[in-house]
Amino acid sequence: MALPLTYNVRNVLVRWRATLATILGIALVVAVYVSVQAMATGLEKSSTNTGDPRNVMIVRKGSTAESSSQVTREQFKLINYLPQIARDSKNQPLISADVVVLINLPRRGDGGEANVLLRGISPVGIALRPQVTLVEGRWFTPGKREVVVSRRLAARFANFEVGDKFKTGGKELTVTGIMDGNNTAFDSEIWMDADESRSLFDRENYSSLLLRVLDAAASQTLIARIESDKRLPLHALSEVDYYKSQTKTAVPIKFLGDFLATAMSIGAIFAAMNTMYASVGARTREIGTLRVLGYRRRSILASFLIEGAFLAFIGGLLGCLFSLFINGYSIGTMSFQSWSETVFSFRITPWLAVKGLIFSVIVGIVGSLLPAIRAARLPVIAALKSV
Amino acid sequence: MLSQVMVEANIVTIRKLSKVYQQGDINVTALNQISLDIRAGEFLTLMGPSGSGKSTLLHIIAGIDRPTGGECHVQGVDVTRLNESELADWRNQNVGFVFQTFNLIPVLTAYENVELPLLLTRLNRQQRRHQVNTALELVGLGDRSHHLPRQLSGGQEQRVAIARALVTSPSLVVADEPTGNLDSQSAHDVLGILQTLSQTADKTVIMVTHDPKAAAFGSRTIHLEKGELTN
Repeated sequence: MALPLTYNVRNVLVRWRATLATILGIALVVAVYVSVQAMATGLEKSSTNTGDPRNVMIVRKGSTAESSSQVTREQFKLINYLPQIARDSKNQPLISADVVVLINLPRRGDGGEANVLLRGISPVGIALRPQVTLVEGRWFTPGKREVVVSRRLAARFANFEVGDKFKTGGKELTVTGIMDGNNTAFDSEIWMDADESRSLFDRENYSSLLLRVLDAAASQTLIARIESDKRLPLHALSEVDYYKSQTKTAVPIKFLGDFLATAMSIGAIFAAMNTMYASVGARTREIGTLRVLGYRRRSILASFLIEGAFLAFIGGLLGCLFSLFINGYSIGTMSFQSWSETVFSFRITPWLAVKGLIFSVIVGIVGSLLPAIRAARLPVIAALKSV
Repeated sequence: MLSQVMVEANIVTIRKLSKVYQQGDINVTALNQISLDIRAGEFLTLMGPSGSGKSTLLHIIAGIDRPTGGECHVQGVDVTRLNESELADWRNQNVGFVFQTFNLIPVLTAYENVELPLLLTRLNRQQRRHQVNTALELVGLGDRSHHLPRQLSGGQEQRVAIARALVTSPSLVVADEPTGNLDSQSAHDVLGILQTLSQTADKTVIMVTHDPKAAAFGSRTIHLEKGELTN
């Protein structure tokens, strides 16, 4: 039979001065762990949110991203006639040939310059991405060197307000509208007319094709058809799968989070160990008394482990609360897939918070193990004689 | 080997009990071949100078220390042959212990302190509440059950400790200088309770004391010196 939990809870609360430093230490570790993982989750979500299961993406065989892909006009024409493609009310195929160009632009303030992804897109391309909405101004007019920028990029780059002009490749472009990508990869893009961008940036070919299929079966057929056609050195996959494959940027961030948390948790384990050793030392006679009353060694061991876990759990809760301050905070990083600025938000999911709490409890249990073993092994008589 | 008749006649039967401590290269004899019988319902006081072995004897009878030789039967059980876990269970069910320094758990209330030994039994919450309240009433602290130890006087703390020792209804109560830290009035009250337990509740009480006035509350006094009985 275990000692009552109130015994452990009150012991932690009574010794709050001694335990505060440990609790704060564990809180810091959990806050760092949850924050960095929230960064990776936010980055992943911005990619995995993006795809539409009804859409199929086509890129050059062997390229891992649109920015390194090319689709010729002949290939575009050939694919245009495939029967699996859905059509609009005017019987036009729902297919968009996009041009993806990286342009270097100055950040706001004195933040230097960074690559931004500019997408040349057709009206069909906009319709195929219904998650993107215009929130200010108007869509671009083809031929007038107009662009629409995402709201998140507008907050980070200079001259991105509606009506502003900026220069790239010696040409001046005018911002006519601000769009919201609804937490997708499109939050990191500038859009303009596809054919205009091809001539402006001297591109003979398109970068990728996005098309709407009739249904799931048509999607399978179309993908199989393109993948098996030797004349078409192209790779077709569902838009959802394409953006899933774009999450590799999050991998080093996750690794960094795990590494930082592991390194810091070693310190936290020692802090917890120190606190629990002090606690065992201060309660030696109490432990002797409990043994006399009939509590077995394993009850004492379990009791101190529970106490350490509870102590760390409070730290974990605090750490999660600290990290909540950055939830939704928007930041940017260089994507290793597109080599452009990717803007995304910290995302603290319930599962991430639970992982942070589990992590804190593990720190508490590992830190309390040796002190708890010491408490359980105390000889009764010696413990009773302790001052 | 003790005869079964002899074991059943007494609550405690001790034969040739020895305890030798190793201190570096020197052997220190705390108890030297002691034999002793204690009858049920007796209030036995153990007296003797410091280091005479009286506390060691008490600890062995209570199952919290082990002898190096001899036998110690309590209610027919040779406690020297029980392992750690068996001893823990046996102590919980058969012995109530009263310490000189009260040894209450400071973060638990009087009620919770008294309830501690009962948490190891199969009693449900209601049964435990009944027994805890009965024990606290018995020592006159029914109205102090929700006080923490630091909110009680020394005498009250010791009475809570006695309630804790009695709550599992053990037939044996052992007390190691229970009045050593009390003023004379509180000491008198505590000794009165122990005497009542022996006289009216048929509990066997074994008490270690330095104080002849305290020993006078007992029904029999034995003296130890250098690990041997002197009377």
